[in-house]
Amino acid sequence: MTETFLGMPATAPPGVGHLRGDEPFPVAARRALADAQLRRNVGHATSTIRARSAAVIGEVPDWPQLRAAARAIKTDTMARLPELLEQLETAVGRAGGTVHWAADAVEANRIVTDLVRAAGVDRVMKVKSMATQEIGLNEALADAGIEPVETDLAELIVQLGDDRPSHILVPAIHRNRAEIREIFLREMPGVDPALTDEPAALAAAARRHLRETFLSTRVAVSGANFAVAETGTLAVVESEGNGRMCLTLPETLITVMGIEKVVPTWRDLEVFLQLLPRASTGERMNPYTSMWTGVTPGDGPQAFHLVLLDNGRSAVLADPVGREALHCIRCSACLNVCPVYERTGGHAYGSVYPGPIGAVLSPQLTGVADNASLPYASSLCGACYDACPVLIDIPSILVHLRAQAPHPRGEAAAMAAAAYAMDHPALYAAAQRGARLSRLAGPRGRGLPPPLSGWTASRDLPEPPPQTFRQWWADR
Amino acid sequence: MRVALFVTCLADTLFPQAAVATVRLLERLGHEVVFPEGQTCCGQMHVNTGYPDDALRLVRRHVRVFAPYDVVVAPSGSCVGSVRHQHATVARRAGDERLAARAGEVAARTYELSEFLVDVAGVTDVGAYYPHRVTYHPTCHSLRMLRVADRPLRLLRAVRGLELVELPQAEQCCGFGGTFAVKNPDTSTAMLADKMRHVLATRADVCTAGDVSCLMHIGGGLSRLRAGVRTVHLAEILASTEANPAGGVAATPATGGAR
Ligand code: SF4
Repeated sequence: MTETFLGMPATAPPGVGHLRGDEPFPVAARRALADAQLRRNVGHATSTIRARSAAVIGEVPDWPQLRAAARAIKTDTMARLPELLEQLETAVGRAGGTVHWAADAVEANRIVTDLVRAAGVDRVMKVKSMATQEIGLNEALADAGIEPVETDLAELIVQLGDDRPSHILVPAIHRNRAEIREIFLREMPGVDPALTDEPAALAAAARRHLRETFLSTRVAVSGANFAVAETGTLAVVESEGNGRMCLTLPETLITVMGIEKVVPTWRDLEVFLQLLPRASTGERMNPYTSMWTGVTPGDGPQAFHLVLLDNGRSAVLADPVGREALHCIRCSACLNVCPVYERTGGHAYGSVYPGPIGAVLSPQLTGVADNASLPYASSLCGACYDACPVLIDIPSILVHLRAQAPHPRGEAAAMAAAAYAMDHPALYAAAQRGARLSRLAGPRGRGLPPPLSGWTASRDLPEPPPQTFRQWWADR
Repeated sequence: MRVALFVTCLADTLFPQAAVATVRLLERLGHEVVFPEGQTCCGQMHVNTGYPDDALRLVRRHVRVFAPYDVVVAPSGSCVGSVRHQHATVARRAGDERLAARAGEVAARTYELSEFLVDVAGVTDVGAYYPHRVTYHPTCHSLRMLRVADRPLRLLRAVRGLELVELPQAEQCCGFGGTFAVKNPDTSTAMLADKMRHVLATRADVCTAGDVSCLMHIGGGLSRLRAGVRTVHLAEILASTEANPAGGVAATPATGGAR
């Protein structure tokens, strides 16, 4: 079913999944900024991960070469994605797995729901996965009367708190220990009322809560960090061991994977497995790397289904500049260094993909018009580009997408007028003399009319100089 | 050396003192400065706000105006970053490969002030005198687009009378980002608040940088706080001498300072 790549690539459909916010970024950000606790929690967590990550990256002498290699592999992969996916499909089939192609979120949710129903269960356990968050799988399963149980600690906190993830790697980054304890006491059946907010105590409570699930649930749903085309091998990289449980204990395993996660060869994994843990959690090696190829009779899940998700990715691939966003390995390094993310947290981005990568990925998956404020949710400071282990030039993609965003009519007219004047030096000089914005703004440059009022709300404008440089030069 | 000055629109219009200082400094160092009058703006604001088609005419103008010169110098990391990293892209996007090639040639001869002084003119001690406690904010585009690294600091360390104090978390963005400050005023203000907190912690009299745009933002915030810290472009510090001290710097700080 490689028709996915023929015809007009479609963007992710509205009304399903979590790629679109209810309000534009500046509005959502304003609310987040007003929450001092959230700012403290996110600021503290990001600066801790940032420092840890910088330290372990500093230990690797060939880090620049690894990044360059990763970039080269990804560029090659994207250039022949259809071919590699067919190779993957064949290899998975040969190993006893079944591949399903999902053009979008609706189709992917239906495929997974049907598979769970066919297995005759009404509960699944889940390994943390961005792809299933993206398509809103939990909601779709719940609508079908199937209970999804998140087994990653942070994801469980979000699920129990009836909340949304605000970080790719640390979905509950916006919560502190005290808040997590509250959620557990309120939502976790049979929890010890004397529970403290020590991280070890909280983790133990979650473990107790999940143990019964691990042993009694026959179907698991996972995402995938990588898929190797040549062998049909899937890989999940995690820290807690819950993933290993879900991937080995049940009878049926269903993996939902974005089509960009494929790598050509087993050898290519080597590069990413070195880059990912150091860039993302600041660990030298992640504690659990689980890999599986189809099914193994008598050992592990006896039925394996791989759902290959497009949901707008072909549309991204069709843009030679924007497609670089598909290189992302979801390490979240760009979130942790982003000064905007650090202050607003993830919910302000409205999509399950927050931060710099979210600002370039979400608008491309949905079509820029549906997420037009996101490419502007950056000061273009470039910290994300410096941090990205696969060298995605996020600032350039942001600028590229801004050119596709629908523009407010007044702004477009002002920009065109400014460009015209600046292309006519005499007009420009006259405008310089006449403009004197600061005069408009009154004493000390406060109180400009909108949209410039955003400036004078917190900053004074400079006093206008007695003459422009141009005049000084002419007079000298 | 014969140097063509690229003033940048913001310096020309609102901060001529930074451009004047650049001229005085370069002339004092024995260079001949010319000001190509056909120049206006590099188009960065248009590109970064999503208007590459409008920017195209400005790129064309910039390339035409500066093509005849061997060396172009601008007192702005951000505008030099735009010339180096955006002009060819804008031209190519419009399908004009010839313009892209010429833009690349102009870009290769265009330098930010500290790059020019250290790498091209080969000086770090420009003979300046500036008796103040100064902290330096490395603006994002100087830092990450141009990689000017410690060139401005080497220049500042050689200034007589100047006490250089390190800015905590210097590499964090101040929150300006061109139209970002207008489109996302709340986030921009939150970033500015942290930058100002760090500037105030240094107890410096002066916060300097290589971009008048970031200084306008930081200075605008400090002025609102009546913090008593001034923002001064790097060129003004380097142009200042005992015989000809930078104007106005000794003036009494605004009252009610928060220091
Ligand atoms: S864009 Fe780069 S830094 Fe950000 S999550 Fe993806 S791989 Fe990591």
